[in-house]
Amino acid sequence: MTQAVAGPPAAVPDERLARESPLRRLLRRPEFGALLGAVAVFVFFSLVADAFLQADSFSTVLYASSTFGIMAVGVSLLMIGGEFDLSAGVMVTTAALVATLVSYQLTLNLWVGVAISLVVTLAIGALNGLLYIRTGLPSFIVTLATFFMLAGANLGVTKAVTGNVASDSVRDMDGFESARKVFASDVDVGGVNVKITVFWWLLFVGIATWILLRTRAGNWIFAVGGAAGSARAVGVPVARTKIGLFMGVAFCGWFSGMHLVFAFATVQSGEGVGNEFNYIICAVIGGCLLTGGYGSAIGAAIGAFIFGMVNKGIVYAEWNPDWFRFFLGAMLLIATVVNLIVRRRVERSA
Amino acid sequence: MTDPKDAPLVRLAGVGKNYGNVIALRDVDLEASAGEVTCVLGDNGAGKSTLIKIVAGLHRHDLGTYEVQGEPVAFSSPRDALDRGIATVYQDLAVVPLMPVWRNFFLGSEKRKGFGRMDITFMRRTAKREMAAMGIDLRDVDQPIGTLSGGERQCVAIARAVYFGAKALVLDEPTAALGVKQAGTVLRYIVQARERGLAVIFITHNPHHAYPVGDRFLILNRGRPIGYRTKEEITREELTALMAGGAELEELAHELDAAVSGSGSRAAKELAEGADHLRKSD
Ligand SMILES: Nc1ncnc2c1ncn2[C@@H]1O[C@H](COP(=O)(O)OP(=O)(O)OP(=O)(O)O)[C@@H](O)[C@H]1O
Ligand SMILES: [Mg+2]
Repeated sequence: MTQAVAGPPAAVPDERLARESPLRRLLRRPEFGALLGAVAVFVFFSLVADAFLQADSFSTVLYASSTFGIMAVGVSLLMIGGEFDLSAGVMVTTAALVATLVSYQLTLNLWVGVAISLVVTLAIGALNGLLYIRTGLPSFIVTLATFFMLAGANLGVTKAVTGNVASDSVRDMDGFESARKVFASDVDVGGVNVKITVFWWLLFVGIATWILLRTRAGNWIFAVGGAAGSARAVGVPVARTKIGLFMGVAFCGWFSGMHLVFAFATVQSGEGVGNEFNYIICAVIGGCLLTGGYGSAIGAAIGAFIFGMVNKGIVYAEWNPDWFRFFLGAMLLIATVVNLIVRRRVERSA
Repeated sequence: MTDPKDAPLVRLAGVGKNYGNVIALRDVDLEASAGEVTCVLGDNGAGKSTLIKIVAGLHRHDLGTYEVQGEPVAFSSPRDALDRGIATVYQDLAVVPLMPVWRNFFLGSEKRKGFGRMDITFMRRTAKREMAAMGIDLRDVDQPIGTLSGGERQCVAIARAVYFGAKALVLDEPTAALGVKQAGTVLRYIVQARERGLAVIFITHNPHHAYPVGDRFLILNRGRPIGYRTKEEITREELTALMAGGAELEELAHELDAAVSGSGSRAAKELAEGADHLRKSD
């Protein structure tokens, strides 16, 4: 009973389409505002900070961007799916602590700790999702609760096990060197040392973009964020999609946690608090709509890049780093206003 | 039971539904067969939406039986109903506004080509062609569906259901928020769907939208049926009287006048004649 009525041949292009210029197409993309912002910030710091354009400094900027950017991948997909995860920051610390504490206490190969951490972190993500689905409470509240619980457990368990606020160093344990290659090594690019997280970041952004734009799962992510009721009514598994998105954040949290473990060998149990907002800022600067249903992973990556540039640019410009947060807030404000204007204009002329 | 081939596509018998201690629906019988339009009419709060949510699989009925092609069913999700060929177009839950037309068209039934990839070329082309078949000439299948008019959005949802092989199409007040002309367009698609052999269940509170397209009429009042007639058994006047108790006829007549100048379809002409009738008998 498909296509009972034959329509006109679809190959004929619509003459009204020809009028849309490539510039319009670019303007319509969610990451357009962020791209403008990135160029502006880049030019600004190139002018005020001499060190900014040196290859080594730029590599440092990229490293800072990647540590936020990897998390922003999961957080932006979740935001497009219409939800927040306030536990994302401390979850990174939890993942790192699980790997180090388990491996150290049981004297296991670190890779075993890495695997256990993956399972535990994904379980936390699934729990966030399930709690959200079962209670029907806003994800803001549910993950605020898990945020506090994880933050408390990180400190409590670490102190109970090690008698200290940091985990014991795992530098000399089996598997450290090989895992370090994967999670925290340097790659030589034409004489410049670039952290491997930068490449992982780009890979994750690529995968996320592919999922969003080319796969059925991506269609579902946009739909559950844009109008969950409509999505459910046409047969989209809303609960499964949202739980999957929370687990996506957890996966990114695990990866970031592993980077911490193999970059520093010990983990400070109090770390991570406050980072959840930084990830959200990256996603929002990148054009993700706070209300869901709109945005892109590339945008979030640009957002993270802006974040990294400002974070390190202030240092290279030899300003007081206390101003970083001020800049962050100002940028967030500008970015959301620009996004709003761009989107309104596009929708009106569509 | 009857032979599945003869059994109506959808049949409700003595169906009832409670929300806690609110009795939303009682003793409802309803049939919808292929190539027929069954209209469900009733005032606000009469239980129309509750009824179609049962048919659509969003709610489960508490009393009575629900049969699809002669087989009793109790759906636990809209997906189950869709798999049995029952597609529902909700007025407020029809589309995802920020998503492009083609993504909306295939939402929940995406065409894939391995590795989880969607066949985007196919989906864009098909969406455009199917919309053209319904008489909607899309400028760009990439435009957010929220930028289409209300009537066009309803039509995308209807076209989608028809394309995916729905045997029964349930429409919850598809004309309620529309202007006269757009309502006429949607009514035309209802007739088109009927002619394609679908069973259509059309919910409305407007008897003048229902009468020209309907074959059967179920009138609900405060959760109970107060009339269940075929078209032969009821005149437009009787239907209107049952619905509105003969009130507000003048206002309706005005609305219908506008419908004629607006669309000029046969249905609208028929409506207008009825309106004249009403004026005289008033
Ligand atoms: N989820 C619910 N919980 C409790 N009561 C409900 C619920 N949904 C509907 N009702 C009640 O059931 C009755 C029937 O509601 P329903 O939505 O089916 O009416 P309707 O005929 O669709 O009305 P309208 O024309 O306004 O859409 C109303 O009295 C309504 O208040
Ligand atoms: Mg209703």
